[in-house]
Amino acid sequence: MSVITIERKVLEKNDVIAAANRARFANHGLTVVNLVSSPGAGKTTLLERTIEGLRDRMNVGVIEGDVHTDLDAQRVARYGVPVVQIVTNGGCHLEAKLVADALERLDLAALNLLVIENVGNLVCPANYDLGEAMKVVVLSTTEGDDKPLKYPTMFRNASALVVNKIDLLPYVNAEIQAIRRNARLTNPGLTIFETSATTGAGMPVWCDWLAAKVIPAHA
Amino acid sequence: MHELSVAANILETVQQHVPLDRASAARAVRVQVGDLAGIIADSLDFCFGALVAGTPYDGCHLAIERVPARCDCADCGRIFNLTSPMFACPGCGSSAIATSGGTDLRIVDIELEDEIEART
Repeated sequence: MSVITIERKVLEKNDVIAAANRARFANHGLTVVNLVSSPGAGKTTLLERTIEGLRDRMNVGVIEGDVHTDLDAQRVARYGVPVVQIVTNGGCHLEAKLVADALERLDLAALNLLVIENVGNLVCPANYDLGEAMKVVVLSTTEGDDKPLKYPTMFRNASALVVNKIDLLPYVNAEIQAIRRNARLTNPGLTIFETSATTGAGMPVWCDWLAAKVIPAHA
Repeated sequence: MHELSVAANILETVQQHVPLDRASAARAVRVQVGDLAGIIADSLDFCFGALVAGTPYDGCHLAIERVPARCDCADCGRIFNLTSPMFACPGCGSSAIATSGGTDLRIVDIELEDEIEART
């Protein structure tokens, strides 16, 4: 038997491209957020309300990731912000290369904040660095308060948690304190927001926090 | 769910290091999977098998080693291994714990059958 020594990360190719993306973002003084959640948690609606809350303060750009259709890009485009749709055609997550290709269709110099809305999936996107400054995970109250325990890697890798659809709390079998407790168990340092993108509740607090993360000289 | 994409990355590395005319000599790829890497070893093994089936690399399989995540509790000083990302000390319940390792997914080496062995 002979052995060829490799000693490298399996996803090294993705990490190399992600590092190049990150360097590009830094060159442009651009803050990049990777927005992740399960399907239907309200990422796109949260994004629409976030654009409304921030567009007078800064230039926001969006990359939409979906398995099929450009429905989300159409929704976001109505707000007059630059948006690029990535269709993965079955792929369960975005990879750094897909984002690098999408960047060719955006004027990065004109942006302060870029939000990458990942494919709806609480598992796979956790492993793929896109070059973002931070992951923000959205969890809706209708999903139940046990989700941070069931999908811990995503919550562990996120900087912030947005608990969305809080207007539905009286009607669902989930408790906000249990969501907070379970999320902190997987990630003690998690910053937690409570929002309803539908009613607008909690949106100003979330938007102000996000605005403060945008590199000041460019905002 | 993304084990197929991870398996494809492993196969790509094998193809880079083992040329097509030596493909049938590739026996095993040693892979380290961290306990917190979010990868199901059985699923990764299955996906790799499905990718190489019917190709010149058909005889190659994954030898998967688990890598524990070592943790130190800042409150009670206990040292333990985490096998799932529940960041609580089993001794005192504190979540003030520092982890090292266990999140990586690495290819260690590729084992090849020697040409002489292959003929016997």
